[in-house]
Amino acid sequence: MDTDARPDMPMVRFDQVTKRYGDLVVLDRLDLEVAAGETVTIIGPSGSGKTTVLRTLMTLEPVDGGVIHVDGEPLTHMERGGRLVPADRRHLRRMRGKIGMCFQQFNLFPHMTALENCMEGPVHVLGMSRAEARARAEELLEKVGMADKRDEIPARLSGGQQQRVAIARALAMRPRVMLFDEVTSALDPEVIGEVTRVIRALVNEHQLTMLMVTHQIGFAREISDRICFFDGGRIEEQGPPAELLDNPRKPRTRQFLSAVLDAH
Amino acid sequence: MIDWRWDFTLEILPRLAIATGQTLLAALLGYAIALVLGLLLAVARRTPWRAANAAIRELVEMVRSTPLVLQVFFVFYVGPQFGIRLSPWTAGMIAIGVHYASYLAEVYRGAIDSVPKGQWEAAKSLNIGPWRTWTGIVLPQAVSPAVPGLGNYAVGILKDTPILSVIGVAELMHTANAIGAESYRYLEPFTLVGLIFLLLSLPAAAAARFIERRVRARLGVIS
Amino acid sequence: MSYAEFLVEHAPRFADGVVVTAQQAVLAAVLATAIALVAGLLRLAPVAPLRWLAGTYVELLRGTSLLVQLYWIFFVLPLLGVSLDKFTAGYVAVGMNLGAYGAELVRGAVLAVPRGQWEAALALNLSPTRRMVRIILPQAVAIGLPAWGNLMIELLKGTALVSLIAVADLMFVAKQINGSTFLSAQAFGTALVLYYVMARFVLTPAIRMLERTLARRMGRVA
Repeated sequence: MDTDARPDMPMVRFDQVTKRYGDLVVLDRLDLEVAAGETVTIIGPSGSGKTTVLRTLMTLEPVDGGVIHVDGEPLTHMERGGRLVPADRRHLRRMRGKIGMCFQQFNLFPHMTALENCMEGPVHVLGMSRAEARARAEELLEKVGMADKRDEIPARLSGGQQQRVAIARALAMRPRVMLFDEVTSALDPEVIGEVTRVIRALVNEHQLTMLMVTHQIGFAREISDRICFFDGGRIEEQGPPAELLDNPRKPRTRQFLSAVLDAH
Repeated sequence: MIDWRWDFTLEILPRLAIATGQTLLAALLGYAIALVLGLLLAVARRTPWRAANAAIRELVEMVRSTPLVLQVFFVFYVGPQFGIRLSPWTAGMIAIGVHYASYLAEVYRGAIDSVPKGQWEAAKSLNIGPWRTWTGIVLPQAVSPAVPGLGNYAVGILKDTPILSVIGVAELMHTANAIGAESYRYLEPFTLVGLIFLLLSLPAAAAARFIERRVRARLGVIS
Repeated sequence: MSYAEFLVEHAPRFADGVVVTAQQAVLAAVLATAIALVAGLLRLAPVAPLRWLAGTYVELLRGTSLLVQLYWIFFVLPLLGVSLDKFTAGYVAVGMNLGAYGAELVRGAVLAVPRGQWEAALALNLSPTRRMVRIILPQAVAIGLPAWGNLMIELLKGTALVSLIAVADLMFVAKQINGSTFLSAQAFGTALVLYYVMARFVLTPAIRMLERTLARRMGRVA
């Protein structure tokens, strides 16, 4: 049952989601909604659960309580006779196909060229012909400015270049939702710009729903529709960038922002 | 299809028990030789005299890279060619001792190399002589990283003792062969030998891991 | 006779022995690699009975001596209905034994592939099979190759035991020549040198070359 995004239905919805690592509660009955086409950035101190939000959405980790909904359907559960049961493999794969993720450590496949990295998913998951997949991959590499490096293996690319290829690779799968997990945190300062440039272009052109975790506050202000400040596994405060960053209401938010801005 | 005779099994158990003792003795003696000889080789390897260094390295490589069974035959038969008659036990111990010494030399070498260079330099700066540096400072620190390798090869030498059967050492394999030749029944002796080895080596491997853990706890892990 | 004369006279038989040893080694290596892959991956399977099955095989074969296994396959298996000729029994025993050691190697190498690779493959929605075959295994091969090279040398040494069930390999030839000439140093010494040459100057460079090719293909492998 694939619904086209309806303006009133959130693309992503966390409904009282809880995640524990042993005794540590990392997500604490989280409620979060992201509308279709919205760009939401999550900021907050280390250990606040920011990355876990993305990882549970990408099904890299299971949740311990609550339900995540994507595009109108539950992610890790299925509806059976009015009840929610754990999802079977087919449902999971179908839902997972709507989400794409870029990682802090890029995680490009080291034994494949940039082009092959971008073709892998389309050929083996989407069932595209190699010619189709190649054309699409080349188009996307062009878009992220890596067309001339398409035949290089990751070891011969800089961090910024690898991350751009990683973005192209994720986009090649035509996801509805793109997740960016601290994608600039492992980069040298002078190449952060190449990656943020690419992401900025995505906001303008693609009408993707984007969820970003980052320390780059300035960049977040620029491209986000909404910023969420995370603390202790819950959203402490959220709002449009101008509101949250310039007029934070909660003391924790103010404390965090002044500490972060002090550091720059 | 399977014609297992329990009465025959009981009959041969005493002989196999004695042979097990021989197997364990062979493994222990061989390992003891290897422990000492291997250490000597490892220490000798560090001599700055290039020719000797290279010669030892090549010799150790040659022993490590060639089959033990061939070395056993070599030692047993070459002696008589030049007038020295070695008993199967003596030849076997020499061969297996030298063979495993070459493995242990590598284990020692890795362990000694893992002792930080700063330790040597500190000893020198304190004017501590070479003998004391080795025995009091370096070797004690080399013990912990060496234990896993030493443990593995201890179990390994136990499993290699059957090779000594080919020159007549009366261990388990030889005895099983003899029983088979006498009685024309190979099923029970060979299967029992396999089981006995399993019963010997699995606890041995577990013991090796246990010792490894204890040593790490007491002497600390040096990375 | 001088050593040179000895060599000239017996070279053909040594050569025959080397050929048989090489045959045994190659066949055993193929079998061992296949078993190592299957058993190693089974050890990582999410299904517990499969893990247990592979684990038992590995412990059984690693816990007993290769010679014992060889004799058992050649002398006892026929009594249970499975009759192998000596040549086959030889490489099957060696292959099965070293395959067990190889299984641990495969398991270690797969576990050493960085976690990020599993996650990236999952994020791309690759099926578990594709993920293993196209992403994880190629990297595991590069990681495990040096240790596999050592294993292949152990395998070569292991083939010498097949001489004890009368397979006419290099070891067997050396024994025969010793038996007929009593020139033990020459006979066994030559065999030692030949095994050494095979291990150090044929096998090791081949593995090194494989390592280098893979490293080139993948850039630096951590």
